[in-house]
Amino acid sequence: MLKALRMDSDTCTGCHQCEMMCSYGKVGAFNPAKSVMDVSLYNGGAVNIPSTCTQCEEAWCMVVCPVEAITINPTTGAKEISAEVCVGCKVCSIACPYGAINYDADSGVVTKCDLCGGEPMCVEACPTPALAFVDKDSTGYDRIWNHVTADLVDCDSTVRH
Amino acid sequence: MSWSEKILRVDLGAGTCTSEPLNMEWAQDYMGQRGLATKYLVEETDPNVDPFSPDNKMIIATGPLTGTIAPTSGRWSVVCKSPLTGAIACSNSGGFFGGELKNAGWDMIIFEGKSDTPVYLDITNDKAELKDASDLWGKSVWETETTLRERRGDNDVRVASIGLAGENGVLYAAVVNDMDRAAGRSGVGAVMGSKNLKAMVVRGTVGVKVKDPMAMMKTSNTAKEILAENAITGEGLPTHGTQVLMNVINELGALPTRNGHDVQFEGAHDISAEAMAEPRESDGEANLVSNAACFNCPISCQRRSKIDPSHFTVKDKPEYQMVSGGLEYEAAWALGAACGVKDLDAVTYANFVCNEQGLDPITLGSTLGAAMDLYAAGAITSDDTGGHELTFGNTEVFVAMVDATAKGEGFGKELGQGSKRLCAKYGHPEFSMTVKGQEFPAYDPRAIQGMGLGYATSNRGACHLRAYTVSSEVLGIGGKTDPLVTEGKAGLVKAFQDLTAAVDSSGTCVFTTFALTGDDIAPMIDAACEGDWGVERLNEVGERIWNMERQYNIAAGFTGADDTLPERMLKDIAKTGSAKGSVNRLDEMLPEYYQVRGWDESGVPTQDTLSRLSL
Repeated sequence: MLKALRMDSDTCTGCHQCEMMCSYGKVGAFNPAKSVMDVSLYNGGAVNIPSTCTQCEEAWCMVVCPVEAITINPTTGAKEISAEVCVGCKVCSIACPYGAINYDADSGVVTKCDLCGGEPMCVEACPTPALAFVDKDSTGYDRIWNHVTADLVDCDSTVRH
Repeated sequence: MSWSEKILRVDLGAGTCTSEPLNMEWAQDYMGQRGLATKYLVEETDPNVDPFSPDNKMIIATGPLTGTIAPTSGRWSVVCKSPLTGAIACSNSGGFFGGELKNAGWDMIIFEGKSDTPVYLDITNDKAELKDASDLWGKSVWETETTLRERRGDNDVRVASIGLAGENGVLYAAVVNDMDRAAGRSGVGAVMGSKNLKAMVVRGTVGVKVKDPMAMMKTSNTAKEILAENAITGEGLPTHGTQVLMNVINELGALPTRNGHDVQFEGAHDISAEAMAEPRESDGEANLVSNAACFNCPISCQRRSKIDPSHFTVKDKPEYQMVSGGLEYEAAWALGAACGVKDLDAVTYANFVCNEQGLDPITLGSTLGAAMDLYAAGAITSDDTGGHELTFGNTEVFVAMVDATAKGEGFGKELGQGSKRLCAKYGHPEFSMTVKGQEFPAYDPRAIQGMGLGYATSNRGACHLRAYTVSSEVLGIGGKTDPLVTEGKAGLVKAFQDLTAAVDSSGTCVFTTFALTGDDIAPMIDAACEGDWGVERLNEVGERIWNMERQYNIAAGFTGADDTLPERMLKDIAKTGSAKGSVNRLDEMLPEYYQVRGWDESGVPTQDTLSRLSL
C-alpha cells in the first residue's frame, strides 16, 4: 500500500519544525527558506496551514515538463525531480495548481516534496498529529473521524464502529 | 558553526551599516545572546551613560542555537542600559524574528548613536540598509508590521518594532516582534525610540549550519522526547499556557493582589486558564481560540485569544475584535489581580493594547496597582487622574488608564514613568513593588521565600526569569523544597541564576528547563558549536555572565543596599494562605547568598571569584 502525507491544520501549532528538518534533508542546513514543506499562519496565528505537494495521480507538473525531469518513484509513488535533467524552465511551477513547486535560484532547478524516499523527515519533526504519513486511501476519512471525535469528546461512545 | 561569526554594526548618526567579524574568543567565554551581547556592551559603553543618550548602545542578539533544530531555538534578546532601572537591561523574546535574523547570517546587530529622523533597518541576508520611517512614526506595532510586510511584498519577512510607548519614552516600553511577541522588560523599547529607530525588517535564506549535524539531530530529538513526556512542557503548557499557574499560585496564597495588600485574589478563577477556555454567555465562544508556537518550539505555550465583540472595551473598535496574542500568566496577574480587576475580556484588552503599542504588561499592571494604592491612601485624587475614580477593581477606569498610558495622554504620562517614580512623586515610595526600580512579577515573596531572594538579587531588577525557583519550591522539579523555608535557598537561587544565564545565552527558551537539565542541554550546544561543551562549562559560563552583569551594575552605582525587597514584603504579613502570618525573611538568605557567590559582605565579587571566572 502506498502512503501519503496527511496535513491537518486543526492541530498544527505553526512551530515550523517540519520546515527545519525538511530544509536539512534538502540542502544540509537548517533553513526554512529551502524547505519544500511550507507552514502559513492565518487569522492572527489561530490557524496554521501546513502544505506541500500532494503527489497528484495525474500530475500536471509531469505532463508539462519539456525534458521529462519529473518521474514517478515506483516504491513511494512520489513525483521526483531529477536535478541533473531539470533545466530550470519553471513551467511545472506554473502548472501546479497548489504552488507546491518552487524554483531555487541557488541551484538553478525546481524543488518539490519527494517524500524523503518513504520516510518523510517533516513527519518525524512534527510534535503534534498535524503531519502524518498514512495509507493513501485514508487521507480523507481520517479527517472526518477527527472532527466527529472532537465533537464527541465528552461522550462515552467514542469507540469507532 | 553554529555562530554565523558576523556582526552588523549600525551607526544611526552616520546612517551606515557595516559587517564585522564576531569576536570568537568572547563567543567561547560568553556563548551568545544575553552573555555575549552584554560582553560587547560592557566593552563598548560607559556604565554611567544616560540610557537615552546616543552613547548608550542597543544590541540585538541571537545565540548559537538560535535557528538550529534544537527545540525552542527562536529566542533572541535586546541588551542595553535600562532607562527604567539604570541597571543592565536584557530582554528576551520568542516568535520568529530571531530565527530569521540568524538565517540571514547575523549573530548580532549593534545599534549606536542616534538618527536625526525616524528610520528602520531593512535586512535581506547580507544586505542591510537604513530607510526612512517618517511615515511610520506615530503608528502602532500592528500598523508598522503590516505596512512593512506589504511594502516588502514578501509574507515571509519578520518585523520587530516599537509602538507609541517606545516613541513617547514610556520607561517600560517593549520591542515587539511578530505582532505580539515581546522583548518586554526594562524599557528596551524606549531606548530604541530614543534612537529614532522605528523597526527592523529581516528576511533570511542563508541557513544555519552546525558542527555535527547527526549529533545535533540525535540530541535535539532526545530533548524533544523529554519535553513531550514531561507533564508541564508536554501537557500543562500546551493546553493551558503559563496561565496553568493562576489557580495553583492563588490557592497557595502566593498571588500578589491589589499592590501586595493581599496574597489571594477572589477573582483569580475569572482570569485563569480555565476561564479562558469556558464558552461565555453572550455568544457561546471562548476567549481562548487556540494555542500556538514560536519558531521551532514543540511546547507551543502561546495563547491566541478573541475578545467578545460586544464587550465594552471593543464594541466600537473593530481593530481589536480579531485574534491576537492572549493572556499569559504574568500579564493576567499584573493587569488583573494586581489591580483587583477580574473582567477577563477587559484584562485581555489591556494585554492587546500592550501588544499593539509595545508596553510591558507586568510593569504597566503593577504601576496601575500602585496608583490605585495611592488613590486609596488619598495621595492622589480624581484631580490628578482627570476625573477618574482610580479605585482597585474599577474596570472601566482601569481600561481608560491603560489607553491613556499607551497614548501618553493625561495621567497616563505619569503612569508611563513606572511605579517607583510615581510613588516617590506622590510621597509614598514604599507603595512601589519594585527592586532596583523594576516591578516584581506574579509570585509573592512572602509565600515563596526563594523568589524573594531571586528578585532582590536579579541583575535587571525584580524578575521571575532570572531564577525561577517556583520550579522547585512549588512544582517540585529537581527535588521539592519548602517555599516557606529560607535554608538552602541561597544555593538554589545561585544554581538557577547560573543555568538560566547559560540557557538564555544559548538562544533557547528557559521554559525547556521545566523538563531538561544542563545534562540534556549541553550536548545540543556541543553538537552545534566549536569547542567542547559539557554541563560544567555551561554552569561556569552562566556564573561568569552573572558576575559580569553584577560588575556592570556596581560600576553603574548599585550597591548591596539595592539587593532588597519592598518594605511591604519584609514587614507586612501575608493575611491568608499557606504563608499566613509570614513575611519574606531576606536577611536570613542574603548573607549566605553573597557567600556562595564568592562575594564580600557588601555584595562585591572578590578578586578570587573574578579571577576564577577569568573576569
